[in-house]
Amino acid sequence: MQVRHKISGGDFARAGNVASAVKKILRQLNIEHSVSKRIVIALYEGEVNVVAHAYSGVIEVDIDEEKIETKITDKGPGILDIEQAMEEGFSTATPQVREMGFGAGMGLANMKKNSDSMKISSIPGEGTIVELVTYLKPHA
Amino acid sequence: MHDKNQNRDFHHALTVHNDLCIGCTHCMTVCPTQAIRVRNGKAIITANRCVDCGECYKACPVSAIVVEQDDLEMIFKFPVRVILIPSVLIGQFPKKIMTSSIYNALKEIGFTHIYEVENTVDMVLEAGRQYMHEQKERPMISSYCPAIVRLIQVKYPSLIGNIMKVNPPIDMSAMYYREKLKMSGIPEDQIGLFYATPCAAKIAAVKSPVGEIESAVTGVININFLYNRILKFLQRKYTESKPPETDDLLSSRGILWSLTRGEVIHSNGRALAIDGIKNVNEFLENIENEKLDQIDFLELRACDESCAGGILISGNRFLTVERLKNRAEEYKAREDDKNRKLTDGFLNINEHGFLGDIGPRPMAKLDEDFSAALKKLERQRRIMCFLPGFDCGGCGAPDCQTLSEDIVQGNGQISQCIFMQHQMIKQNVLSQSQAVRITDKIWGEGRLEKNCNKLGAEDENN
Repeated sequence: MQVRHKISGGDFARAGNVASAVKKILRQLNIEHSVSKRIVIALYEGEVNVVAHAYSGVIEVDIDEEKIETKITDKGPGILDIEQAMEEGFSTATPQVREMGFGAGMGLANMKKNSDSMKISSIPGEGTIVELVTYLKPHA
Repeated sequence: MHDKNQNRDFHHALTVHNDLCIGCTHCMTVCPTQAIRVRNGKAIITANRCVDCGECYKACPVSAIVVEQDDLEMIFKFPVRVILIPSVLIGQFPKKIMTSSIYNALKEIGFTHIYEVENTVDMVLEAGRQYMHEQKERPMISSYCPAIVRLIQVKYPSLIGNIMKVNPPIDMSAMYYREKLKMSGIPEDQIGLFYATPCAAKIAAVKSPVGEIESAVTGVININFLYNRILKFLQRKYTESKPPETDDLLSSRGILWSLTRGEVIHSNGRALAIDGIKNVNEFLENIENEKLDQIDFLELRACDESCAGGILISGNRFLTVERLKNRAEEYKAREDDKNRKLTDGFLNINEHGFLGDIGPRPMAKLDEDFSAALKKLERQRRIMCFLPGFDCGGCGAPDCQTLSEDIVQGNGQISQCIFMQHQMIKQNVLSQSQAVRITDKIWGEGRLEKNCNKLGAEDENN
């Protein structure tokens, strides 16, 4: 099953809506809390990233019996140095964004921590694609 | 109604009085857990979803939601009849009525011992501190309001680990006084311990405790019932007889405990107090997404103005809060207000302070089996493509999404939707008479005929 949501950049008031909608679905599917918690946290971070840095984005969540795949595609400035962006505490967020309580530089690190695999590809000046996989059962 | 695998033994204090219910959807639309449906013109409460918050009771225009209580006559089975009164009982009376007069009235009603529920809050505080120290989960959510504990069980099971498993004052006090009376030589079977409850959730908590094997409370008497009896007594001229058995353990902290911020004022870390079940629902929804572990403690209460706004409180909740705050100020001026520790040893924190396990009762899951749940979810989303999204309640379910869920669970049909009926008639897949039958089944035969006996109609007062 696929769930698809659009996000608009800069709309902080709505950041978290996609995470909430997906959470509702995970609850209906009776997915174990420890698993759904990770998915929702990773998704929320990804959603905030799009809102804070990009112009617009799409989140696609694919659910099957084995795993949940999340693909976050945005149109935005892209990431110049992915390795650096992955470092905890590194952030290019503006002071205004930080003032709102976002932009602590933990987003990507938290997403990695809360998923089983993470892939980032980015073209500076065009946008970023983040792909996450979370297995429903512990995966070898 | 929904899931056959779920425990059906939850005791609920709220029931629908079928003779009074007019099937009007007011209760159905306010229920925070979508527990109510209308069938045959009557509201039905789904036991698995109900958290006993009492929103339906407040919304019902014809007082058809009934809060059960134990018969007052029941107390006379016991030679020693203890009533545990919460501070909000006193708070709802006007200032000119002395606390001692209220105590006298309670004695006249038949109680031999009168104690305040909040006499043991210092013990609750101590247990809470110990719990916060040992358990690292943040934020900790107070276990004080039983409707909130139940809300978390059914709607936010992932937050169960955040519930601070400390016995609330009513349980602490019930255990304390039972033990104390026993130690004074009264056989246990002669002690009847009754609780004057401000809400339905506390009744459910006593009758089917969460995280506790059995409650030390014998029975519950509703506060509104006692309020009327007390007022009736005070209107009469009476000669003051021997005052009832009581003690003097109440503190300013106890008086304020059941009010909003009554718990957070004692918190050392970052703490928030939220009252009103709608507000709590919204907040819990958020803390599941974000990791709000920089908040240490949450005091969450189902009623606006906390227990002063309990559904069985007759007095105005704002005036109740005012009177209790004044009462607390008086107590604060007392020299011994700070030192109210129970030193007689009848209550032991490790033995009496903590709750056992609290289990989840997730209402959202569509099926135990993942692939079955996934199929149902896909079907539900497809059905939602057709339902209009008006959330009008015309189908007898509170909103379109709930109807779609009922359908995939085998508890409803798409033709219950009056707008779908319209579409289906247009497409010749449903006949007029079938549509009428379906609607009659939901709203009851004759329910839609002319009737001037309703609010705003010609004979509204009849």
